[in-house]
Amino acid sequence: MNDFSVINKRLPRVDAWSKVTGEARYAADLSMPNMLYAVLLQSPLAHAKILNIDTSAAKKVVGVKDVVTYKEAGTIHYGVSPARYDETMFCYDKVRYVGDEIAAVAAVDFETAMEAVSLIKVDYEELPVYLNIFDAMKEGAVPIHDDYPNNIGAEVHQEFGNVEEALKECDYVRTDKFVNKKQDGGFLEPQACLAHFDMNGNLTLYTSTQTPHYVQRTVSMVLNIPIGKVKVVKPYVGGGFGPKASANTIELAASLLSMRTGRPVKMVMSREQVFMHSRGRHQFYHELTTGVKKDGTIYALKNTCYLDGGAYSSFGIATVYYAGSLLGAPYRLPNMRYDGYRVYTNKPACGAQRGHGGVAARAAWEQQLDIIAEELGIDPIEFRLKNVREKGEVTCNDFNLSSFGMKECLEAIRDRSDWRNKKGKLPKGKGIGVACGFFVSGAGYPIYRSETFHSTAMIKLSEDGGTVELYTAAAEIGQGSDTVLTMIAAEALGVRYEDVKIYSGDTDYGVDLGAYSSRQTLMSGHAVKQAAEDVKKQVLEVLSKRLNVPVEDMDIKDGYIVFKKGQVDFSGIRSYYVKEHRGWAEQPGDDKLTFKEAARIAYIEKGTIVSAGAYKPGELGGKYKGATVGTSPAYGCSAQIVEVTVDMETGKVTVDKMTDAHDCGFAINRTNVEGQMQGSLSMGLGEALFEEVKFDEKGRVANPTFGEYRIPTALDMPNVNTIIIESNEPNGPFGAKEVGEGAIMPTIPAILNAIYDAVGVRIDELPVTSERIYNAIKEKERKK
Amino acid sequence: MKRIINLIVNNKAYEIAVLPNRTLTQVLREDLNLLGTKEGCGIGDCGACTVILNGRPVNSCLVLAVQANGCNIQTIEGVADGNNLHPIQEAFVEYGAIQCGFCTPGMVLSAKSLLEKNPKPTEMEIREAISGNLCRCTGYQKIVEAIQAASKKMKKR
Repeated sequence: MNDFSVINKRLPRVDAWSKVTGEARYAADLSMPNMLYAVLLQSPLAHAKILNIDTSAAKKVVGVKDVVTYKEAGTIHYGVSPARYDETMFCYDKVRYVGDEIAAVAAVDFETAMEAVSLIKVDYEELPVYLNIFDAMKEGAVPIHDDYPNNIGAEVHQEFGNVEEALKECDYVRTDKFVNKKQDGGFLEPQACLAHFDMNGNLTLYTSTQTPHYVQRTVSMVLNIPIGKVKVVKPYVGGGFGPKASANTIELAASLLSMRTGRPVKMVMSREQVFMHSRGRHQFYHELTTGVKKDGTIYALKNTCYLDGGAYSSFGIATVYYAGSLLGAPYRLPNMRYDGYRVYTNKPACGAQRGHGGVAARAAWEQQLDIIAEELGIDPIEFRLKNVREKGEVTCNDFNLSSFGMKECLEAIRDRSDWRNKKGKLPKGKGIGVACGFFVSGAGYPIYRSETFHSTAMIKLSEDGGTVELYTAAAEIGQGSDTVLTMIAAEALGVRYEDVKIYSGDTDYGVDLGAYSSRQTLMSGHAVKQAAEDVKKQVLEVLSKRLNVPVEDMDIKDGYIVFKKGQVDFSGIRSYYVKEHRGWAEQPGDDKLTFKEAARIAYIEKGTIVSAGAYKPGELGGKYKGATVGTSPAYGCSAQIVEVTVDMETGKVTVDKMTDAHDCGFAINRTNVEGQMQGSLSMGLGEALFEEVKFDEKGRVANPTFGEYRIPTALDMPNVNTIIIESNEPNGPFGAKEVGEGAIMPTIPAILNAIYDAVGVRIDELPVTSERIYNAIKEKERKK
Repeated sequence: MKRIINLIVNNKAYEIAVLPNRTLTQVLREDLNLLGTKEGCGIGDCGACTVILNGRPVNSCLVLAVQANGCNIQTIEGVADGNNLHPIQEAFVEYGAIQCGFCTPGMVLSAKSLLEKNPKPTEMEIREAISGNLCRCTGYQKIVEAIQAASKKMKKR
């Protein structure tokens, strides 16, 4: 046991009461006096030139206040990576997918806006539609973006060691292919926003986003408003998982319409629009060649990947790097080559989604490693244990594993799942499988090139001394960052959890790159811890002067001042405080000096007590091209065992049991860590077994509903035996690192490996539908 | 043409004029300002808009307001007793059953409806009762645990 008072415990979320009573407000719940409603006109065609846009009829509808197209919006290009700013607020030359935004109408109510938008007439000249990467890359295909004639929007070529030479030295080499399907974020809250451009020239944008900071920059750039005049506020957000990590068209359109009309403008996406906007997981086509030595040493990996990117780049430049850079890292792999290609198609843009870029690659390779282990006659856990890296090692692509509890994860799941008595010993139709996972704990670099701090934090003590006000621009999107940051502040300062009041998700509170790449606990946590330690020092310094006790002989804990060298007479401060606060609630009465009294004295002495913290990663490894994607101050890792039942008659898979160990460095809130693990596994299970965004021949999303695009229900998900491994990360606040995304990594391959154990077939295409397994079983029987 | 309907919502009587195409979700949210009822899909797939109507959990997006005329409705705002949380809400807070919170109101109401009919449900019965309420954050485990805990707590009272 440690002697922390707040962290490492199971405290309720700071927002639990608001959320459980329905009091919590999300973007769609907001309204303002005099507010207009706006809706988008989106393209019905997947690829076409725009010849003419006629908005005259729409403008005549009674109640319509404004209609905007590219003519009003301009054509400033934006996107996620500055190297691929390939989007504009509205299409001007052509449309590139069904759903591409062409115009927006603001009206006195939603129905009027909908009626008006249906009256906008657009003339198109249809172009060939490319719904898969193979057609898009064909010789002579029409470029979806002029700058990329072969529709390959990004290419990566990296080699560490010498893979061709290394493969020659291997005793066993095999090549496998693998493909997943486009996955939807599946968050419950559709995107919504409310923009208000006031008469003083300030824009306030309330929006459902993971990244207020990036939205602020994009809005400022596209609408040409000084950045200091743009304030982005994130109310409660109903999940993001990646697709809400960049600016979207409704945020820009609502802002533009508010600037033009002088009235607040609200926009809300329908569920169908969420599917069309997408930005979820790419489809990845991997081909992996792995070479091993006789004794089971993994020696070389050649990874080729084509990504179906959809119509725009979004986060895809990072994705195409991540699909290569993360793969080999958990193992002692000296030779790795990666060739990645991200291809434009006429489908909704793909972007970042939980386990960014690495999920399909991990599924493919961990299944291949399972095959190799079997070929070599080594138990798959022993095979992995033989190859996994340990703390302090550096990967061939320069990732510094400053903490790394992979071995502990594997041993824990092996022992807790009774692996030794089950593997290979279960009856036909029942199977058990294992896999490992790996992920960054915060992107080492911002998405735009800058020396900026990644997170800042500010603490102000209320002048009465009773409350610690924590200001951070970090984005609480459901993952629990408000709770974790509150706990870190309370622990570092020495006050109680309930004494800290957090204000977050507002660009006026500082810079924070936001909730993506599993960065909030480590990066924002550092900034908060620093600010809290500084406040503590300021209070103790004043106290030191008053009481004539050296600072180092005092501490603050649980809301009290601790005198390390015996009791100190503080009756002067006590009577002074009581005199000043006559009649107030909660007078200090016990025999210990409270933080509240000390903080009040500090205010009387110095004025308002404020402090600031700021964090950016130190020097990170890797000087090669693309080293910025994948390098991180710390890496999380995990291992998982899944047990399944496969119905031999129908091919239906039921996941019976999951045992998951995750090294999160140090659990700030144990309940939250388990929640992240269980949620990740559920998303992985969905992608493994049934999630697939489908398209019809015209490029329309064929299943844009939760009825037809199925995410796991309470009946699909088994209970998970969650095991928290704490390796004490030296680069993390209190030793903490990620859990939010890495936990999804082992799920799909563990399911695939369990299916093989159950029925003896390998599936190389997701989702693993009953049909796919049934056919594979029949195929196997026929070959016998 | 608007029609006058009478609703009892959280034990309070309302007489409202509504257009016949307005859903109960819309009327609760926009006319009565009960914004705790969430809309996640609008077509009855996700369960975020669940309310209890005459004792049964329903997707309020699939109920036209005029159909609810004369009905007794409970929304998330009517679950707590003033500042005292209902035992289900207490358990959701304590067991970490909440992450983003968007499914939470509907989830609490489905759970409440279950426990009113079946105070000692099995795990499978709980999972079935909330299978129409989608949650992308939690993997459901802590929600199930919270409902089990609430069931025990409510028995004691």
